[in-house]
Amino acid sequence: MEHLFVIFFSVVVVNNFILAKFLGLCPFFGVSRELKSAFSMGLAVIFVMTIASMVTWSIYRYVLIPYEVRFLQTIVFILVIAALVQLVELFITKTSPVLQRVLGIYLPLITTNCAVLGVCLLNIKEDFNFIETVVHGIGGGVGFTLAICIMAGIRERLSVCRVPVPMQGFPISFIIGCLMALSFFGFQGFLTH
Amino acid sequence: MGFVHEFNKGIIKENPSFRLVLGICPTLAVTTSVENAIGMGLAATFVLLGSNIFISLLRNFIPDKVRIPSFIVIISTFVTITDLIMAAYAPDLHNALGIFIPLIVVNCIIMGRAEAFASKAPLGLSIADAVGMGTGFTLALVLIGSIRELFGNGTLLGFEVMFAGYPPAVIMILPPGAFLTMGLLLGLFNYISRRKAS
Repeated sequence: MEHLFVIFFSVVVVNNFILAKFLGLCPFFGVSRELKSAFSMGLAVIFVMTIASMVTWSIYRYVLIPYEVRFLQTIVFILVIAALVQLVELFITKTSPVLQRVLGIYLPLITTNCAVLGVCLLNIKEDFNFIETVVHGIGGGVGFTLAICIMAGIRERLSVCRVPVPMQGFPISFIIGCLMALSFFGFQGFLTH
Repeated sequence: MGFVHEFNKGIIKENPSFRLVLGICPTLAVTTSVENAIGMGLAATFVLLGSNIFISLLRNFIPDKVRIPSFIVIISTFVTITDLIMAAYAPDLHNALGIFIPLIVVNCIIMGRAEAFASKAPLGLSIADAVGMGTGFTLALVLIGSIRELFGNGTLLGFEVMFAGYPPAVIMILPPGAFLTMGLLLGLFNYISRRKAS
């Protein structure tokens, strides 16, 4: 139980996907103008990451290893994720209009989100078992949501500040990213003890 | 619309990293040293070249509705080739780049060029476009990598270049340094292009 918590905590704050591993930076800078849309994006990512982790882990363990075609990992994972996102979208449209309204436009974007493929590859690389994979997937999504929501909150405030003209838009966002990474770096000490 | 034009535009005018701000994940993640930056740049260029060639050749055979999945299959084939070749011949580099080699699949630059250029243009132009964009990406990585390695470690390509007793600013090699370097460079390029325009 304890080591599951360590995995979760580590992936949420210490090795945060965005700020420490540089995965999923496109939505981090692209969808962080408003807190509301950032939060919806975060929810969609948690959802897809968890399901994608479970499915790709099972495929790797029960198809790719027995048939000794592990080199197909990349190609299989990306296709599975793309198909999965479509499936989830269809399912949500049919069953839950509320969820559809919240996540709708963000789901297609997630196919090319490198954090999702990244979490699946890391599950394999770290040799996680099924439970650890699920925890890692949820934690990755929660960490992503945390970072993108903080970023959106800061950028909402920033819109009333006077930023030097050449620094407006992307450059200042990267500087904010730097400061956030710096503060999250403070959590590093937790895992060594 | 010549070969030279297609090649040149990727290096400065439409530089994928600094102008279009695409594919930022590997740009920030692997630029802790110049060596890694070159390795990543070459790997991405190879994948881009291969996928552009095949997509351009197959552009009249791929039905419009399934073009994105087809592109993904072609791109991931080349990524797998790169991954295996690097694991065999450059294991150190392969270890240093880690999961960012398979992640070339979801690099927006490659998908972007496939969708915006190679699926519409003839072979020759697609090759020029791929080489140009790849070079632009590699140069951007090397620039960021040089700055981070120089200040963070006092070296360039492993050679000592700073004066003796230079205290390395380790923060530049750590994640925050990547964001900082990229932000300041983007600001600088914005400033230069605004000065030129006025």
